[in-house]
Amino acid sequence: MGFGAQPRLSNKPVTCRELTDFIADYLSGETPPDSRREFERHLKICPNCVTYLRGYEETVKLGRLAFDDEEATVPDTVPDELVEAVLSARSKSNAE
Amino acid sequence: MDTDAHDRRTDTVDESRLVSALKAGNDGAFETLVRTSSPRLLGVARRFARSDEDAQDILQTAYLNAFRALRKFEGQSQLSTWLHRIVVNTALMKLRTQRLKPEESIETLLPAFRADGHHVEQLRDWSVPADALVAQAETRATVRGCIAQLPEAYRSLLLLRDIEERSTRDVAEALEITPAAVKTRLHRARQALSTLLQRRYAAMGVTSPAVAASK
Repeated sequence: MGFGAQPRLSNKPVTCRELTDFIADYLSGETPPDSRREFERHLKICPNCVTYLRGYEETVKLGRLAFDDEEATVPDTVPDELVEAVLSARSKSNAE
Repeated sequence: MDTDAHDRRTDTVDESRLVSALKAGNDGAFETLVRTSSPRLLGVARRFARSDEDAQDILQTAYLNAFRALRKFEGQSQLSTWLHRIVVNTALMKLRTQRLKPEESIETLLPAFRADGHHVEQLRDWSVPADALVAQAETRATVRGCIAQLPEAYRSLLLLRDIEERSTRDVAEALEITPAAVKTRLHRARQALSTLLQRRYAAMGVTSPAVAASK
């Protein structure tokens, strides 16, 4: 892999592959300043990577949105057998 | 009087009574706790489980872990938050024993590059309008469906890091993998999810208002 928390050693321009590998570090601010500047230089000249970065950010946002309404994933009922099993396991462990 | 503030105070008093009764070993208190908390906690367990049976196993083990740890509960968080964390920890332990290996199938969901490191194809801009409440409910269901399609090792890691907001170190220790492996797997999970969402929304013909306006 190219750069990330470690500065890049190569003087060659950043490729789309390198940028894509380290989007997560870039977004979380873990990229060293030099590498960050190279990253941003690449974004200025590569609409494909701008599109990819936007889609990645949207994905993270949507992933969080998917579970932010806890009520939607709460089942209406819980099997009675499950409740009984928990309570009886407790009684049993108390008796031991 | 502020009704919300009154309700919150009442809830706190009720919870503090319930915790005291639980610590005193009151059978009725345990039954109340299990009956009232189970729907929400089963929902949490189902996120991580491969089947409903697994989810019920996780929940049952989590309750027993919680009962054993009750003495240590000091009320610094809400009882429901404390139980939620125990359910996720129990699910993590189960995942660890299953020793999930990343599956090959994720490769087809990762971006492709030419030999010179540039993208193989022209990428299309996409985003999901998420303003209306109904649209948000549909979006949530669609995104949950796409997350469910991820290979297991990636799906669970994405849930732990992005949804449960557990730290890289926490997850690495719990799954007995390196922090670097956690980061790589999370990144690939997001990339794969991005591909799945893009395909899904392309199939539905959804284009972002911003993209439509720029055409």
